Amino acid sequence: MINWDLFERFGPRMLEGFAITLELALGSVALALLISVPAALGRVFGSKPVSGALFAYTYLFRGTPLLAQLFLLYYGSAQFQPALSSAGLWWLFRDPFFCSLLAFTLNTAAYQTEIFAGAIRGVPVGQIEAARAAAMPPMLAARRIILPLAAGLALRPFGNELIMMVKASALASVVTVYDLLATAKLAFQRTYDFQAYLAAALVYIATVETIRRLWNALDKRLNRHRAVCQ
Amino acid sequence: MTIGLALTTLPFGLAFALAAALAKDSNRAWLRGLGEAYTTIFRGLPELLTLLLIYYGAQILSRKLATATGLPIDLNLSPFWAGVAALSLVFGAYASEVLLAALHGVERGQIEAARSFGMSPRLAFRRVIAPQMLRMALPGLGNNWLSLLKDTSLVSVVALNDLLRMSWVAEQRTRRPFEFYAIACVLYLLMTALSTLAIARAEKVAGRGWKGPE
Repeated sequence: MINWDLFERFGPRMLEGFAITLELALGSVALALLISVPAALGRVFGSKPVSGALFAYTYLFRGTPLLAQLFLLYYGSAQFQPALSSAGLWWLFRDPFFCSLLAFTLNTAAYQTEIFAGAIRGVPVGQIEAARAAAMPPMLAARRIILPLAAGLALRPFGNELIMMVKASALASVVTVYDLLATAKLAFQRTYDFQAYLAAALVYIATVETIRRLWNALDKRLNRHRAVCQ
Repeated sequence: MTIGLALTTLPFGLAFALAAALAKDSNRAWLRGLGEAYTTIFRGLPELLTLLLIYYGAQILSRKLATATGLPIDLNLSPFWAGVAALSLVFGAYASEVLLAALHGVERGQIEAARSFGMSPRLAFRRVIAPQMLRMALPGLGNNWLSLLKDTSLVSVVALNDLLRMSWVAEQRTRRPFEFYAIACVLYLLMTALSTLAIARAEKVAGRGWKGPE
């Protein structure tokens, strides 16, 4: 039943593709943290214009398909080739992996910002007032009180976002990044053996299930002090 | 085309979702297992892969069936119907969780009251359970709808003339990729914004006669 020949020929390449998939998903989620944490603080505590501008950013990226964003960045940047070349950045935007990583990072950062902003709003006001009353400067209060409490609340949706990105990374195959899906496609086109796609499907499901279970365990452990946690 | 695809998908997706939610709430273990397996698979697969699996899978299956039976079976799905099938399966998987939560949110007493009035299970579902489920499920379903709207863009990969694909064609003609993709983004944004308004309106209608949590 199982076509071992196929996997002998394309297995290694599909494994490499899987590594790229993980790099894209984990990389973009990690890089996005650099944007989303400050952005979430700005969204909640920032002045009206700051919070409004951040909302526009998250709305824009959450309201349009990731594939459209990716095309805009990858194909759209070609239009600015002269400008980008003179800025010495063209080699970056020519690279589909970099474009995918950038598009994914900006996209997941928008979702993460709203997740963290929601979590920060969920921190009991008394905790923040207590920090202020203890004369903590705002930055210290954010670091010691607000962010740790919000992190617990955001843990679960953050895990979902990680899963979304594992799946979304498959879009990179459309702009010629050789991720898991693209390598499966390659194997399929060479052999017309449907098992290539089925194997990729199994790997994706296994990955997502692993993350989901890991996250459930993590949530149970880190949030065990919360009386009512689901 | 994008809107047509999304609207065609919606009833199928809701049907899958309701079936899966009821299966997961069933007393029978095998039905529950089936429902769980369905959601695990379609929530775990990238939407793009689901689409390719269905698109090429149907072609291969029909060829195999044709050679096996000698009959001229032609199951070749058009990109549109492959899109509808894939997107409704994905939509159903996500929305079934929303509906299941809503189903559990309906008070037991209400169901018992309906049954003790002599309502058949079917009538009780239609008159008592479903309207309350709708109120609780609408915010979640609204989110699912927005994802669906955005996921339609994936169908452009298997060459259906949806919004994104048309931008691509226009870009090839004019060599101005940035403008066309930007316009596509704006149109998607418009659709999601309008949907958000419509959902808020629908939530108000579904929530009439509800006084808030007691």
